[in-house]
Amino acid sequence: MACPNTVLCMSSIPTSSETAVIENEPKLLPGDLAIWFFIFMELLVFAIAFLAYAIMRAQHVELFNQYQLTLNKESGAANTILLITSSYFVIRAVHAIRADQVKACINNLYIAVGFGTGFLLLKSLEYYDKFSEGIGMSTNTFYMFYLSLTLFHFFHVILGMVILFAVIIKAKQGKYSASNHTGVETGASYWHMVDLVWIILFPLVYIIR
Amino acid sequence: MKYQSQSIARLYFIAAIALFIGQILFGVTMGLQYVWGDFLFPAIPFNVARMVHTNLLIVWLLFGFMGAAYYLIPEESERELFAPWLAKLMFWIFLVAGALTILGYLLVPYATLAEMTMDDLLPTMGREFLEQPTITKIGIVIVALAFLFNIGMTILTGRKTVINLVLLTGLTGLAVFFLFAFYVPDNLVLDKYFWWFVVHLWVEGVWELIMASMLAYVLIKVTGVDREVIEKWLYIIIAMALISGLVGTGHHFFWIGTPDYWQWLGSIFSALEPIPFFMMTLFAFNVVNKRRRNHPNKAAVLWALGTAVMAFLGAGVWGFLHTLAPVNFYTHGTQITAAHGHMAFYGAYVMVNLTVISYAMPIIRGKQANNERAQVIEMWSFWLMTVSMVFITLFLTGAGILQVYLQRYSEAPLPFIVVQEKLALFYWLREFAGLVFLVGLILYVYSFFAKGKEVEIVEDLDMKKAVTS
Repeated sequence: MACPNTVLCMSSIPTSSETAVIENEPKLLPGDLAIWFFIFMELLVFAIAFLAYAIMRAQHVELFNQYQLTLNKESGAANTILLITSSYFVIRAVHAIRADQVKACINNLYIAVGFGTGFLLLKSLEYYDKFSEGIGMSTNTFYMFYLSLTLFHFFHVILGMVILFAVIIKAKQGKYSASNHTGVETGASYWHMVDLVWIILFPLVYIIR
Repeated sequence: MKYQSQSIARLYFIAAIALFIGQILFGVTMGLQYVWGDFLFPAIPFNVARMVHTNLLIVWLLFGFMGAAYYLIPEESERELFAPWLAKLMFWIFLVAGALTILGYLLVPYATLAEMTMDDLLPTMGREFLEQPTITKIGIVIVALAFLFNIGMTILTGRKTVINLVLLTGLTGLAVFFLFAFYVPDNLVLDKYFWWFVVHLWVEGVWELIMASMLAYVLIKVTGVDREVIEKWLYIIIAMALISGLVGTGHHFFWIGTPDYWQWLGSIFSALEPIPFFMMTLFAFNVVNKRRRNHPNKAAVLWALGTAVMAFLGAGVWGFLHTLAPVNFYTHGTQITAAHGHMAFYGAYVMVNLTVISYAMPIIRGKQANNERAQVIEMWSFWLMTVSMVFITLFLTGAGILQVYLQRYSEAPLPFIVVQEKLALFYWLREFAGLVFLVGLILYVYSFFAKGKEVEIVEDLDMKKAVTS
């Protein structure tokens, strides 16, 4: 898969029947190449949004500093730990399937989804607090960014969980094994992206002053 | 043609092209009215010509989409259409309703049409592009439901492929989003929200799914490339189209009394809208380069590649040109919008329809491809229409830039109508390009009747390699 131009080598994506054969070769990227296009697109969206945040912050430093203090840092930190932990279990799931342990793979994915649910609950409490104070997108520029960035990420956590669930279902149907587990790696790659975005988003919006 | 019921598409395609001709005739009429204000006045005033021009476009594209669906869904699902009689019945209902509506626009004043069709019972008229009388709108919903039922049952009881499922999703979205046309809030800002939920979510959302699946289908057929490869592309393209397109609706909410966060959301997300179109271009060229056969219908391949390029230019590049809020502050509602509208509609939706028609029509008429002379004529029509559309777009962009400067940017801004007079040269040039487009369209129609030497059957490159090596 060492392809100089990934875009034009699209058709060299292993099809499911081929995957089993080439699994032993070292691959450039884990999982299906298609998910990496998707991940790239997602990261691009977040990057532009973070850039917009940075530019606006530079223009309104005092406003951003003032309202940043109103955010619940503890909840944000706990959420960071939840997501990183869930990513750890996703890694364990990939290792399990590489060792042909389907059951362990499924269990680890369930635990990862569990931590993801924890993230959503904690974040919902944070939103509840803010909304009940009457804060909305139009309150000020800082809250506009805080809400739209974290909400957009929130939806990605949900989508990531849907993808992990789809992997669980296919694993239960016995579709994955040590020799054929591209799907597990694909789901894991996406989940790590969701994690990665949060690891940037949390310090950017909650901490950095 | 594998299934008898695919031939129903023929009716839809013929109607589509007939209405397309009507659309262009009204287009060149109003193009002239830009510089010769009372041309055909009072018989066909500018506002009526514009309404007919845009409504015919939408209706013929819908005819094209439906025809394409009726053609490709039986083949993809590997069964006859669920209810061919229903497809025929709906065709006539849609055609008659469409024709009556257009006649209504042309023959009576719009207010009288509203009275005649009892718009006061459920007022939905008077909104740009959605001017249809309420009864026509109800008719559209009935036709759409019957159509979705018909193709839905065909897919559900037949083979499910990524192509027919994406197409079904797109067409369902088309019908669902149209329902917002029935909700007309009194508050003008809310009214615009719901109006855009139809207009934007159609052309920058679900129609992209329809377009991508139609293009993918033709590419599979003319290149013989593995379905799995094409399906993977399709997934990425539609995911990107939806992510960018849905929130991208915000680029219409910049200056209409909506909260200002839309300037951020709209700018960021719609700036990404060119990506799926760019992917479509890469996809089409990549697939054609890796083709495993040389399909005799070279014109259809040309249309398919042309669609990908022109959709990227028209929808992607010309859209991006004025989508960022700080730029749009100056360009909003100028001729730059018109330039984008023309090339985007032509490049994406007109051309994808012509691609499918060009591919399917010869097969429906019992041959793999039109004869060589007919194809040469068709390729001429391709270049005439496409190049003239590029010029229409460039002239309108020139007019738009000048308009922005004179009317909104200069030290001493001039009134709208004074500026319009200064743009006359651009409008004359645009009108000339429009006439060339009409010639191209006439050639396109003629190509289906042109006689000549029949072409050979499919040449399989793998087989050829195997034989020669």
